[in-house]
Amino acid sequence: MSLATLLVLADGRLPAGGHAHSGGLEAQVAAGRVGDLDDLAGFLRGKLRTSGLVAAAFAAAACRRPGEWAALDDGIDARTPSPALRKASRAQGRALLRAGRAMWPLPSVGREAHQPTALGILARAGGLGPGEAAVAAAHGVITGAASAAVRLLGLDPYAVHGLIARLAPDCDRIATEAARRADEPVDDLPAAGAPLLDIGAEHHATWEVRLFAS
Amino acid sequence: MRAVARIVAEADGRGGTRLAVLRGESPLLPRRTGGRGGGGVTVHLVGGAAGPLRGDDLRVEVAVGAGARLTVRSVAAQLVLPGRAGLPASRLDIRAEVAGTLCWLPEPLIAAAGCDHVTNTRVDIAEGGVVLWREDLVCGRHAEPSGTVRLSTTIRYAGSTLYRHDLSVGPDGRSAAVLGDFRALGALIAVPGLAEGFAPTDRAAVMPLAGPGVLATAVGEDIREVRAVLDPLRAAERPDDARAADRPANATAAERPADARAAERQAETATCG
Repeated sequence: MSLATLLVLADGRLPAGGHAHSGGLEAQVAAGRVGDLDDLAGFLRGKLRTSGLVAAAFAAAACRRPGEWAALDDGIDARTPSPALRKASRAQGRALLRAGRAMWPLPSVGREAHQPTALGILARAGGLGPGEAAVAAAHGVITGAASAAVRLLGLDPYAVHGLIARLAPDCDRIATEAARRADEPVDDLPAAGAPLLDIGAEHHATWEVRLFAS
Repeated sequence: MRAVARIVAEADGRGGTRLAVLRGESPLLPRRTGGRGGGGVTVHLVGGAAGPLRGDDLRVEVAVGAGARLTVRSVAAQLVLPGRAGLPASRLDIRAEVAGTLCWLPEPLIAAAGCDHVTNTRVDIAEGGVVLWREDLVCGRHAEPSGTVRLSTTIRYAGSTLYRHDLSVGPDGRSAAVLGDFRALGALIAVPGLAEGFAPTDRAAVMPLAGPGVLATAVGEDIREVRAVLDPLRAAERPDDARAADRPANATAAERPADARAAERQAETATCG
């Protein structure tokens, strides 16, 4: 495993369109539920243990189980009741695969992959393992929303990065659990839901003016 | 306490439904209620003891044969209590196999402070089956912190997993990603769909699933708020009406009946008999 390759995969500057998504934060800011750094910490912790765990587990499984990508995508569909979130995940998966093709030789993937599946496919192509795929997924889940918070709330970027650093051990813990479960049948993979993310995504998709795609 | 309840509904061959099995033991006592009109049968679950309490191991099995229509309700909320420390989490397993029509509309589960509970639900729907599946959760009784509850739900349709959702609540770690400061949550899964929907708000949405079904979910300060949104929703009458689920945004919030009671009566007249 190459540590530098993992950094390349997890780099926020990877041109995979991640900056266009707030990870559901914009909807919760507009609803008045996230207004300061403490609220953001709660939001990120909740997101990490729900959609973060799911994304990490499916990224790890996609890395470990090439041949099962379609079944894993079906599993993500079943865990993503919000059509807006399914669409956002497929769009990010498509952008990630496009970037990935320029980085490593990628196998043919078939239909549009969800973002965690695409991340696992890239990790595998880059010679990384399920553990690294999981940590890249968990890390991406919190850093994407955290950088959106700086733009949405005008929070101090130093304070936000301090928060990301404090969440790093949680990220590792979630990624370890996700990777440990990467071999389980699709129905048994983590399915931790986050009702406000689902509702917020649907509401957000109806807005005429918004800063982020999701 | 260990208990198993089993309800089997079958078509009676004359356009109606008969209960082939209706069996339970305290605290899970299923009782047939209501009349015989409309071709369907209603069963209420009557709580025969307090709880669930830590250490309880409960199981409800429901089977609805092709052509049969069953509605299951409960007479009161399921108040999950702490019980004796050191015992394992209370556990409720729900298994349903549906070829006909099942409306599962129990009262909410209330996670009293200090409780530790797991509900594990698995619903297998045969092709052409119709299901309305309701799960309401209240985090703590009035002005108390939530107990620990994990809900794990798997709904399969024609052999594929349609909906897979776990939810954990507890005394700590409130998050604006999960429930925020809301204390009540309701989910209604409708297969193949709902007769009508409503436009999303920042507290509720109707979501067409990737497979043939719809999830309506709502959060609220209390359960009344959730019921006002979800109770009026009715199942689409037949599988052919599934496409109605593709246009939930057509109905506006203003079109929803405001009075939950009126809506409940309305619901009684729909697919759920």
